[in-house]
Amino acid sequence: MAIEGIHIIHAASFLGAGLAMGLGAIGPGIGEGFVGGKACEAIGKNPAEAGLLTRTMLVGQAVSESTGIYSLVIALLLLFVV
Amino acid sequence: MTIDIDSWVRVAAFAGAAFSMGLGAIGAAIGEGFAAGKANEATSRNPVYSGEIFKMMLVGQAVAETAAIFALVIAVLLLFAVGGTISMITAAGLLGAGLSMGFGAIGSGIGSGFPAGEACSGLALQPEMNRSITTTMLIGSAVSQTPAIFAMVVAFMLMFIDFSASSPHMISALLAAGMCMGFGAVGSGIGSGYPAGSACAGMARQPAMSSRLTTNMLIGAAVSQTPAIFAMVVAFILMFTNFSGLPLHPTSAAILGAGIATGMAAIGSGVGSGLVGQTSCEGIARQPLSVTPVTNIMLLAQAVSQTPAIYGLLISFILIFKKYAPADNISVSAAFFSAGLCMGLGAIGPGIGIGYTGSKATRWVARRPESTGDLTRVMLVGQAVSESTAIYSLVISLVLIFLM
Repeated sequence: MAIEGIHIIHAASFLGAGLAMGLGAIGPGIGEGFVGGKACEAIGKNPAEAGLLTRTMLVGQAVSESTGIYSLVIALLLLFVV
Repeated sequence: MTIDIDSWVRVAAFAGAAFSMGLGAIGAAIGEGFAAGKANEATSRNPVYSGEIFKMMLVGQAVAETAAIFALVIAVLLLFAVGGTISMITAAGLLGAGLSMGFGAIGSGIGSGFPAGEACSGLALQPEMNRSITTTMLIGSAVSQTPAIFAMVVAFMLMFIDFSASSPHMISALLAAGMCMGFGAVGSGIGSGYPAGSACAGMARQPAMSSRLTTNMLIGAAVSQTPAIFAMVVAFILMFTNFSGLPLHPTSAAILGAGIATGMAAIGSGVGSGLVGQTSCEGIARQPLSVTPVTNIMLLAQAVSQTPAIYGLLISFILIFKKYAPADNISVSAAFFSAGLCMGLGAIGPGIGIGYTGSKATRWVARRPESTGDLTRVMLVGQAVSESTAIYSLVISLVLIFLM
């Protein structure tokens, strides 16, 4: 198996894509779960505000999701563009 | 400098022994420390029963210690008792055995500490429940030890089954099997400890609910064990699949990726399912009337928190059973290995997050069963969002496997 520069670059970009998405998914997963948990707690304490609390939860999670999406974008760039 | 195979085997055995004992000592020490801390807390609250609390602490710590003793046994065996055919496959098996036992002992050591500590607290609160708290603590800790036992079984197989006649693919298959089982036992060990701990605490708070608490503890802990069982199944498949017809590259890299995918993906789901089980035991001890809705939402939430582990299992199966064309360059191997790594790492966070959401929902269903509908809905929405990053990882893994 010959090892050439271009193949090493491809190998690095594949590994980089996997690491970027894999590591990048850890934080949002935990963070969004924390938001979801607190939203359940809040609805438990004050069920009348369920709508407002769900909306806040979703907005909070969307922001927390952003770093996961950055990772996804970088992974896709590494795979298809660079 | 050339190194003969005999030296490589010894290097692998010594490295494996170091991994086994070094990593294996982490969990038991944390778990025992937690138990001792709780025992002190309990003694200060109820000094009259200090003798019983002390006894409970020692019994609980002894069970938590088991995981480290398994690791010690494997390390000593790796140092002194391994012989037989000498090949690079033997070396991989020995290193894999050390990795399996070392990582595999972490979760069980930590997990067994929870029931031990909570049993001490419970004893201070309700000394006349001594007997049933002790029984529950022992059952709970024993269940938390199961992943370490899986890891020990896999380690023994890797050390003592002679794979040296197999094809060279076995080098990466045995390493992958060891890593898969080792990583996969971490989450389930910790996760099984959570329901066991809160069942001990709940029994002291609400002695009348003892038998129901034991039931929920066992269900909760059993579901938390599932990811470790996935990891064990994949480890066995890796050990006993015949890869000989396939090209060495990229199959070797894909096999390593397959081991890492299921192993790491099991961490989050194991911990997450355990968190849900914990609040379900806590909930039925506080609100005995909510048993049915609490058990229902526990099972639902645990099922959702298993999904990241199932994605990992899916990627592993694809990587193991795919038919590979010979690779002419290193990038193909890298793509398959990276697919496994991506799915494995990416499943850790969502597994824990989904479990956390489920645990809070379960807690509040217990306190406010009339809001079960609202809570279930918001839990599922929250979990779905938390799941999204695991799905991104799955997509990237599939792209790496099928498009690159």
